[in-house]
Amino acid sequence: MATRPESRRERVRMAVLLSPSAFWLTVFFLAPLVLVFAISFGQRGTYGGVEWILSLQSYRRFLDSLYLRIFARTIAIALATTVICLLIGYPLAYFMATRPPRWRNVLVLLLMVPFWTNFLIRTYAWLFILRDQGLINMLWTGPVHQVLVRAARALPFAGLGAFADATIAPLQLFGTDGAIIVGLVYGWLPDMVLPCYASIERLDFSLVEAGQDLYANRLQSFLRVIVPLTLPGIVAGSVLVFIPSLGAYVTPDLLGGAKSIMIGNVIYSQFMSARDYPFGSAVSFVLMTVMLVGTLIYFRSGRD
Amino acid sequence: MSGREIKKKRRRGRWLNRLLSVHGVLSYLFLYLPIVILVVFSFNASRYASSAWRGFTLRWYGVLFQNEAIGAALRNTLIVAGASTLISTVFGTMVALGMERFDFRGKLVMDGVLYLPIIIPDIAMAVMLLLFFVLTRVGLGLVTIIISHVAFNISFVAVVVRARLAYFDITLEEAARDLYANEWQTFRRITLPLILPGILGGALLAFTLSIDDFVITFFTAGPGSTTLPLRIYSMIKLGITPEVNALSSITLLASMVLVIVSLILQGGGGPETELV
Repeated sequence: MATRPESRRERVRMAVLLSPSAFWLTVFFLAPLVLVFAISFGQRGTYGGVEWILSLQSYRRFLDSLYLRIFARTIAIALATTVICLLIGYPLAYFMATRPPRWRNVLVLLLMVPFWTNFLIRTYAWLFILRDQGLINMLWTGPVHQVLVRAARALPFAGLGAFADATIAPLQLFGTDGAIIVGLVYGWLPDMVLPCYASIERLDFSLVEAGQDLYANRLQSFLRVIVPLTLPGIVAGSVLVFIPSLGAYVTPDLLGGAKSIMIGNVIYSQFMSARDYPFGSAVSFVLMTVMLVGTLIYFRSGRD
Repeated sequence: MSGREIKKKRRRGRWLNRLLSVHGVLSYLFLYLPIVILVVFSFNASRYASSAWRGFTLRWYGVLFQNEAIGAALRNTLIVAGASTLISTVFGTMVALGMERFDFRGKLVMDGVLYLPIIIPDIAMAVMLLLFFVLTRVGLGLVTIIISHVAFNISFVAVVVRARLAYFDITLEEAARDLYANEWQTFRRITLPLILPGILGGALLAFTLSIDDFVITFFTAGPGSTTLPLRIYSMIKLGITPEVNALSSITLLASMVLVIVSLILQGGGGPETELV
């Protein structure tokens, strides 16, 4: 139970407890945040670095169609990731929440273990599977396929042989938006499942039965009772998937190759190769603003 | 409803239930299969990047242990993780105690600031810190990595410890004080033992996050401060070899063990554990 500090002693105790973290987060989190904001209004110096001239140049540059297109594509990828996570994650959460209690904890644990382990390596695992000489393509171009192609060529149907020949090449999986989305769904699925699970588990199923007593069919009771009651979980999960997908860097870098890039890669190249700090800061700031709006939605939905 | 209709409804219900179970199993397969494949292929005897199976070998693990650069990276990783865990566990626990015990003006703001490092995409945090270090002319190296890791780990430790404190029975402390225990004794003998699992769980989580972090480390590292994830990244970029799989497998299994212990310490990792 939190109370206001009553005595001087209590006030001192509170200050001692809070100030180390407050100090650290102010200096190494809030100050850098303000710095990024300030620099985004500066200009790139002739030799890199920053010239402190107030200008909107970086934001204007962001409105260039090239960057706007990348940003739009990033949003589209993040949205697709969120929708797919919801389609996979909600039924999974429902499955988990309707198991016996003893099972539930094991299922939650099994879900969280890969989630908290190395993201880079988990993304690499997909690179290993999706690349041109990867596991999927090894199966695709494997002996079974070759036999089928030979058989198709032998058959007397016009066009079938040609069609079979066309399928011989390795599938182009690596370097596509699809590969990025697979990697992101893989990375953030538990972020969708856990809030959904929490709200489904709390759901009072007698309300569902009441709906069915009033002649609601399955679909109706799902759409009119279950979904509205678990909506906070759905919203929270969607925000938790959307935000990191929007800021993804490792996934597009490893799975998108040079062809499919997202806004995170733009930020990376502005800081690490182009050395245009003001522009990099402006892009980061736009990203953070979108993300903060999402966070506000999350706190509104999840905390009641 | 007629008997037949009810029967029909029940049968459809069973069908849906079965479908749900199949989906559940497939989802877990989706989560674990890529990891299993990665580990399996670290034992593949094939020298080349091809995914064809050429027989079982432990050779790639042997190669790893002879690689000095990996040894150095491991040392850096442990230094960073050890130092950042120590600092963030102490600070995070303190701030958790302060936030759970006291009301004050600006608490909402403090709450928000504590949550932000968890929610903000790591690329944004990485960029912020890089700019800050460059402009304040702090040379990039192990120290800047540690500072950055503490900045996000404080929040994670605080969340875990606060979850534990939420179930803490404050009357126990009052009872101790009635028995003339002073503040320090009360903390040492009553509070600390009771929230210790939460603290240890938070510390292990911080340690794992620190070992696994790539993006923020990548931006705040300097020459000579390469950590294991940075090493793995540059190996991947150079070309996919069985050594990468071997190194990845070891790292993955190590962090999985840490995560499992951490989740168990946090109290079974039940639905109350709000780690998201």
